Amino acid sequence: MHYYNEEDLNRFGDIAKYKPELFEKFMAWYQACQEEGALSRREKALIGLAVAVTVQCPYCIDAFTNSALENGSNMEQMTEAMHLASAIRGGASLIHGIQSHNAHDKVSMS
Amino acid sequence: MTTVNLPVINSNLSARSSIGFDEKLAQNGFELKAAGVDTLQVNVGKLCNQACKHCHVDASPKRTEIMPREIVEDCLNVLRRYKITTLDITGGAPELNPNFRYFVREARNAGAKVIVRHNLTVMFEAEQEDLPEFFTENEAEVVSSLPYFLGAQTDAQRGAGVFDKSIEALKRLNAVGYGIDEKLILNLVYNPVGAFLPPAQKAIEKDFKRELKVRYDVVFNNLFTITNMPIARYLEWLRRSKNEHVYMQKLVNAFNPATVDGLMCRSLISVDWRGNLYDCDFNQMLDLTLESHLPQTIADFDFAKLANRRIVTDAHCFGCTAGAGSSCGGAVAD
Repeated sequence: MHYYNEEDLNRFGDIAKYKPELFEKFMAWYQACQEEGALSRREKALIGLAVAVTVQCPYCIDAFTNSALENGSNMEQMTEAMHLASAIRGGASLIHGIQSHNAHDKVSMS
Repeated sequence: MTTVNLPVINSNLSARSSIGFDEKLAQNGFELKAAGVDTLQVNVGKLCNQACKHCHVDASPKRTEIMPREIVEDCLNVLRRYKITTLDITGGAPELNPNFRYFVREARNAGAKVIVRHNLTVMFEAEQEDLPEFFTENEAEVVSSLPYFLGAQTDAQRGAGVFDKSIEALKRLNAVGYGIDEKLILNLVYNPVGAFLPPAQKAIEKDFKRELKVRYDVVFNNLFTITNMPIARYLEWLRRSKNEHVYMQKLVNAFNPATVDGLMCRSLISVDWRGNLYDCDFNQMLDLTLESHLPQTIADFDFAKLANRRIVTDAHCFGCTAGAGSSCGGAVAD
């Protein structure tokens, strides 16, 4: 028994069971976001993959890896997108180090 | 993404879904019938200098099935008699059939457009070096597989070293005017290197044109995206890699009614190396012959009986209706 099951990705629609109108609104939004627009489908799939890795959602990683491939990306491009997202995440931690500097400066004699 | 649960079971013949293809068509108001015969697609044999992982023909250097001259003559007679506009020659590597060049020349003399499914690397086999000049003389449309514009992906599907040879062959075709002269058409084919659907044809074509030009100074006319059919060697790979269930479900879930009108089986007849007739090259490989009341061989070809025939289908047909659809000429819907 795992908390995450691969088969559950195809059961996403079951979330509609107790509140169909909210799921319907979510799906309309979710799908509209992935349509070709000012950004291409391929660019959007790469953004989706990068975010999926960052939020560490195994379902999203599976779905957006396939989506990126099905929009013509290769692993080199996908890895660059994942690195960028991870680096931003790393940077987001590191920038909080300034708070530590500030806290240190506040209590320390200069 | 409210997906319908469509369990898939295996059979000895091919991957099958719990919903039949004809049933899916009927649900969408279709009955699949031919609308003429514009193209004679002839598989002249299974002999090939390559053994690609996705090949639905199971072609390889070890295969011995080769169309004999008398069947070639039968095909030519049909082209001449019924003024069929296009001869689409495939294999194996069709150039390895000793009757190949005769077939192309005579079809051109009969006024047919000739398409050759050319794997590029066969150009480096013995006595095949002059293929670019031969294609040029006959203004044959060349259609060649190049699964990706990078070597790693292409070699993973088509064999080690195939990519570099393919690029060299493309340069030779460019050198005689293919992809440049408006009469010398060079089209490439993209196949997904794995268990996923092809990208939007126009989008990936743009990438291929840019990357092949910048990286290798190679040009071409059009890129056709073709979905891998869950049969033969590709199906074996799906099973070995435990992707069969997911892939079949993906094809079924991506069924697109807008593809049905443009399906290639509606406008072509497929002929095997022995002269037997089929609705398409995939049915040919599965030995799914035409409906029994119809002519079964090229010698018995009868346009009137074949032009509006009902198409024989099975689960693999979901490969041609998934997403933007798939045919020997690429996507069939936007």
